[in-house]
Amino acid sequence: MAGATRPERPISPHVQVWRWHVTMLTSILHRFTGVALYGAALGLALWLMAAAAGPEIFGPLAELLHTPLGQIALYLIVAAAAFHLANGIRHLVFDTGAGLTPTDAETSAWFAILFAIAAPAGLWALVTFGG
Amino acid sequence: MAGPKNTMRTSLGRVRNHGAAGEGTSHFIAQRASAIALVLLMPWFIVSVALSLKGGNYLGVIDFLTQPVNAVGVILLIATGFYHMHIGMQEVINDYIARPFTKVLLLVLNTFALLALGVGAVFAVLMVNFGV
Repeated sequence: MAGATRPERPISPHVQVWRWHVTMLTSILHRFTGVALYGAALGLALWLMAAAAGPEIFGPLAELLHTPLGQIALYLIVAAAAFHLANGIRHLVFDTGAGLTPTDAETSAWFAILFAIAAPAGLWALVTFGG
Repeated sequence: MAGPKNTMRTSLGRVRNHGAAGEGTSHFIAQRASAIALVLLMPWFIVSVALSLKGGNYLGVIDFLTQPVNAVGVILLIATGFYHMHIGMQEVINDYIARPFTKVLLLVLNTFALLALGVGAVFAVLMVNFGV
C-alpha cells in the first residue's frame, strides 16, 4: 500500500499518560458494575426459578446466600447497584446537556461514589437494626 | 428522493451500504428509556426484598411473590432489566471483541441466554402465583 517503512505518525495517547480524574473512575466503574450486575441479574433469575421449583431446590440456594461469602456477595451487589443507579442518573442528566463542566462533573462523580458506599451500609443497618 | 448529488455519502459508501448502521439512535433511546424505568424498579426491588424477606426462607419468598404488586413489579423488573442488560452487554462486546467469529458468537449468546433466563424467571413468578 503506502511505503515500505511505517511512517512516524503520532499515536493516540493511552490510559497511563493521563492525569488521574475521578470522572475516569466513575466511567470505568459504570461499565464494570454494569457487567457485574448482569451476572447478579442472571442469579436473580435462577433464584426465582428455584423458588418456583420448590423448597428442596430453593433451600440449598438460600443457605448458600446465608454463608459469610454469600452475604458479602449480596452486600457488594447492592453497592454495585447503588453506584450504577447514581451514576446512571448522572448520565441521564448529562444527556440533557447539563452538568458537563469539569467542576460539576467531578462533584456529581464524588456524589455517586459516596452513594455507592453509603447505600449498602444504610440498607444493612436498616435490615439489621430496623423494626 | 435525494439524488446522488444531494447526498453527503460517498459513492463507495452507497454501494457497500455500510457506514452508519442506521440503528444507533434507537439503541440510544431504548437504553435511556429502560434506564428511567429501572431508576424506579431496581431500588424498589432491592429495598422491599431486603426488608420483607430478611431471613430469605422459602415461605417468605413465596409470600413476597404472591402479593400482586410484588409479582407485577418483579416481572417488570426482569423484562426491563434484561432488555437494558442486552443493550449494555452488546455495547461492551462490540467495544472489546475484535474477532468477527467470537464477536458474533457472544452477541448471539447474549440474546439467547437473556431470553432463556428472562422468560424462565417470568414464568417462575407466574408459577408461584398460579400453581403447577
